[in-house]
Formats: sequence, C-alpha cells, structure tokens
Amino acid sequence: MDPLPAGRLAPPPLYGLVLAGGRSTRMRRDKAALAYQGRTQLERAMALLSAHVARAFVSVRADQGSDAVRARFAQISDAHENLGPIAGLLAAQAQHPEAAWLVLACDLPLLDEATLTHLLRARDPARTATAYRSSHDGLPEPLCAIYEPRSRAPLAAYVAAGKQCPRKFLLGADTLLLDEPNPRALDNINTPEEYGSAMATLTAESSATTRHITVQYFALLREQAGRREEALVSAARTPRELYAELAARYPFTLAPDVLRVAINAEFSEWSTPLADGDAVVFIPPVAGG
Amino acid sequence: MFRFTHTPIDPQALRAQLADPACGGYAAFEGWVRDSHEGMRVRRLEYEAFEALAVREGERILAEAIARFGVAHAACLHRVGELAIGELAVWVGVSAPHRHEAFLACRYIIDEVKQRVPIWKKEHYVSGDSGWVNCERCAAPPAHAHRHLHD
Repeated sequence: MDPLPAGRLAPPPLYGLVLAGGRSTRMRRDKAALAYQGRTQLERAMALLSAHVARAFVSVRADQGSDAVRARFAQISDAHENLGPIAGLLAAQAQHPEAAWLVLACDLPLLDEATLTHLLRARDPARTATAYRSSHDGLPEPLCAIYEPRSRAPLAAYVAAGKQCPRKFLLGADTLLLDEPNPRALDNINTPEEYGSAMATLTAESSATTRHITVQYFALLREQAGRREEALVSAARTPRELYAELAARYPFTLAPDVLRVAINAEFSEWSTPLADGDAVVFIPPVAGG
Repeated sequence: MFRFTHTPIDPQALRAQLADPACGGYAAFEGWVRDSHEGMRVRRLEYEAFEALAVREGERILAEAIARFGVAHAACLHRVGELAIGELAVWVGVSAPHRHEAFLACRYIIDEVKQRVPIWKKEHYVSGDSGWVNCERCAAPPAHAHRHLHD
C-alpha cells in the first residue's frame, strides 16, 4: 500500500455514541426506555445515528450493561463516576482514541435527520469540535456534537482540572458553532410534562405526513384485491403513489395508464394531492351498455 | 334521470314518465344481453357499477344531451347484478318536440354512457371461462406484450 502523501492524513473514522447513562432523576423513569410511537428513545437515537457512523455505541454506567433496553447494543462503560455526560465521552475516547465521536444525548425525541445531516455536512475536522448553538441561550449544545480526536487531550486536561461541564468545555475550545436548522430539534426532555409535550409534537408531525385513506375496489381490481373496500394509513401523497403502494401488495394486472382515478366520488387526476379522509377509487376500463 | 336497478327494467313504465303534450317525438334504445362476444359464446352477464360517481356522470350526460339537442326529457336506467341472455341491460329514452333531435340525443346518451360511466361487465362464457370486458386484455401479458386500445 502506498503511503499517504505528506501533509495529508487519512480522515479519522467517525463513531457514534448515544449517552444513556443518566439517572433520569427529574423524569423519575429511565429516559432511554421512554417510548415514542412504539420505539424506545434509545432505539430511535441509535437508528438515527447508525445511518451516519461507522460504528455506534451506547454509553452506559458500569451497572447498566445488562438492562434490557441497553443490552442489545454495543456498549462503552463509564470509567468515572459522578462526572455526568463527559464520563461517557472520556470512556469512548479511551477505547477508540483514533475516532471522531458524534455524541447524542438520549433525551432528544425531536432530533431529526435534517439536524444530524447538517451537522455532518458542516463539520470541520480541523477544529476541536462541531456543535450547534442553542436556539434558547446561544451557548453550545454539547450533546449533539462531533468531537474530533484532537479534543481528547484538552478534554482530559479539563476533567483533570476538576471541571465537568461539557458546554463550558466547548465554549473554551476551538469549536465550530452552527445555527440549528430546526429550533426545536434539540429540546431535551427532563420531566413527565416535557415527555407528554414531545409525544404530542411527534404525533402531530406524523399525522401531517400520513393520511387516512379509504379505497373502494370494483370489478377486476375488486377480485384481485380480494376485497370491496379498505381503510388505510398511507404516506402516499397522490393517487399515483397510492396505486403503486397497492400494486406492491396485490396482484394487480392493470397498468395506471388504462385506469382513471376518482377521489370522493368525482373524477380526479393521478397527481392530485391526497387529503386525510379521502375516499379513492381506481376505475378500470368501463363497459356499460 | 339516470338510475341503476337490480330488478328487470320495464320500458313501458319508463316511457310513460317522458310523456309531454309539447313533444311529438319519442326515441328509445334498449341494450339486450347477447349470447356471444368476439366469437365466445356467452352464458350470462354480471354488471357492477361505482354508483356514487356513475349517477353523477350519467346525470351530466343527460344534461348535455338536453342542452346540445334541445330535447325536452331524457332518462337512462341501467341494470346491475346478474343478467341472463335476452334481458334488458340498459334503457335510454328521450322525448322532444320533433323526432330528429330525439334520435340524435338518444344515440348521444348511449354512446357517452358506454364510454364514460363507471360500469363494468363480466361475461361468463359457455366454455366456463369468464372475463371483465375491456379489462382482461389490458393486463400486461408476460410473454408477448401489446397495448390494447379501447374502442
């Protein structure tokens, strides 16, 4: 293998770390285990992270390794006690000092793909860290941030000096600060009230992207679907997308170009946006008379 | 008046509804169940309709006929369900001051109904096969694909 050209180093691998070692004191329940739309927050965070990093780990306290929520993921155990979130990052850097770490808190239910993607695109590996500037107080958000390998020595020195606030560490370090694309994405939840509010927000968002649609089938399509009618929740935005979704489920033989579409018992276009509650009929070639 | 019925059509009763002292002409069309289709011997038929839209579209066709040809009254009744050979599948009736526009409107209505109204016909053949008219050949055949144009 040829050596790398002088002055250019291979970029460090990017690993991911979800911090799930908190005590959830104010929530009075394990925040990693809180469920949103059928998945625990830890599963959601790991799924978001895993798409972007070479390896993803969950950061745990030494006594949490075998609990059911955490046990299914690769783990890194804290080596320090009572140091807060910074202990997780220290342990990860000790285990893989060559890696850059994308660190996520486990209490960010509104964190979205756009926020993560923007952080990754804007990242500057030549800086110590890349982080968001809080939309609330303008300070760095340390728990949705990328820590480059070069942050390891100053972070160790910071902790050795008796400090443990990761936000202040980023303030004093060479941190690239970004504005959040979605100002609520990094709202963390600490109380049962905040949990309820986050769930309501997620439910409202998901109902904005899926619709309740009734489909009625006639003639050949009725026979091929094996039913006269069904109610579904679909992400299809148009009849064209809905027919494609149904054609993947049923052995339809009629191509869209021989069908017509009706929405709410009126002829419609294939590209008409579907609305919640719409009743859709795909009309096979007619043969009255 | 555009309607569907599950029971046999009685043309005499329908004709009476179009009577009008101002009309000197009445034209009607009856569509009957034939015993063959494209060389296949047909045993019976099944009609199905998306009635909510079909009635709207049918009413639009009747209104168009009245506006376009100046006829006085127009009506259409279509059977749905199972039909035997020889049964009346569709009836169209028009009354007008004169015969010419009555004939034209009657022809217009049956032609448009066949093209536009969501009604489907399933033929059951003597051979034991069955098929939805205009649909089966639209299916993309796996081997020798060709696009079937509707008439």
